[in-house]
Amino acid sequence: MLHRFANPGQFLRLSGKVLPWLFWTGGLLTAVGVAWGLFFAPDDWQQGDTVRIMYVHVPFAWLASAGYFSLAVCSVLSLVWRHPLADLAAAEIAPVGAGFTAVCLATGSLWGKPTWGAWWVWDARLTSVFVLFLLYLGHIALVRAFDDPTRGYRAGAILALVGVINLPIIKFSVDWWNTLHQPASIGLTGAPSIASSMLWPLLFSAIGFSLLFAAITIARTRAAVMERRIRSLLMAKASSAGEQEALS
Amino acid sequence: MTHLPYIVAAYVIAVGLPVIFAAEAFFRVRSARLRLEAIDMRRDRGRS
Repeated sequence: MLHRFANPGQFLRLSGKVLPWLFWTGGLLTAVGVAWGLFFAPDDWQQGDTVRIMYVHVPFAWLASAGYFSLAVCSVLSLVWRHPLADLAAAEIAPVGAGFTAVCLATGSLWGKPTWGAWWVWDARLTSVFVLFLLYLGHIALVRAFDDPTRGYRAGAILALVGVINLPIIKFSVDWWNTLHQPASIGLTGAPSIASSMLWPLLFSAIGFSLLFAAITIARTRAAVMERRIRSLLMAKASSAGEQEALS
Repeated sequence: MTHLPYIVAAYVIAVGLPVIFAAEAFFRVRSARLRLEAIDMRRDRGRS
């Protein structure tokens, strides 16, 4: 089943139908979440209005990790099943993940300055997210470092899998070490420790940005599939022209 | 809003990046589709 859906032709057909829905739903939810967080959500009793940065910082922090997880899944698919679509998807996820991680770090810094009095501290959470950013950059560089793209994809996949160890470190850094960064307010198991007036805009914003992340990576992968087809068609044309020239 | 510059900067960065990525992806897909169509058309003309 996996191979049937990961077939490049099938992927182009399916993604063509899904993409507009992902883009428009993601854009709408993001617009609602961002406007709600910026203009209508209440101030925090302790942080005041700087808490509004949460509605953009937290979704980008989640997506930085989720993006890396999807990169690792693609790497497994690539190393175990040698699926070319997984290679292309991984190569397209990495720059988007790096961009989202950079925004997470930048917005965190903009939140840290008025709250902690510092743009940056070498706190366990901040440092582990910075390492995640470097892992993304490493993947981008490694994939492009070889003349043979297959070797680049393979090296990138191995790096992505080694780097997965950083994900639980990011998640539990605030519990394992004494950090300036606050612990999680929302978990998968327990009830959230955040007021519903703040939780709802955060959820809208998180789901909206997640759909946009998915739409962007799918669109980039779609472009990469088409670009590869163009290259192979041009090469086939060039080789047949060469053969005809040799025969004449 | 006492910390308005920090808040505005965070929102500009957070909204701006997905917009840039989305626009880049849109133009990349469109350019690849047009090139593919052009190659297919040339191939079809060559066959007939």
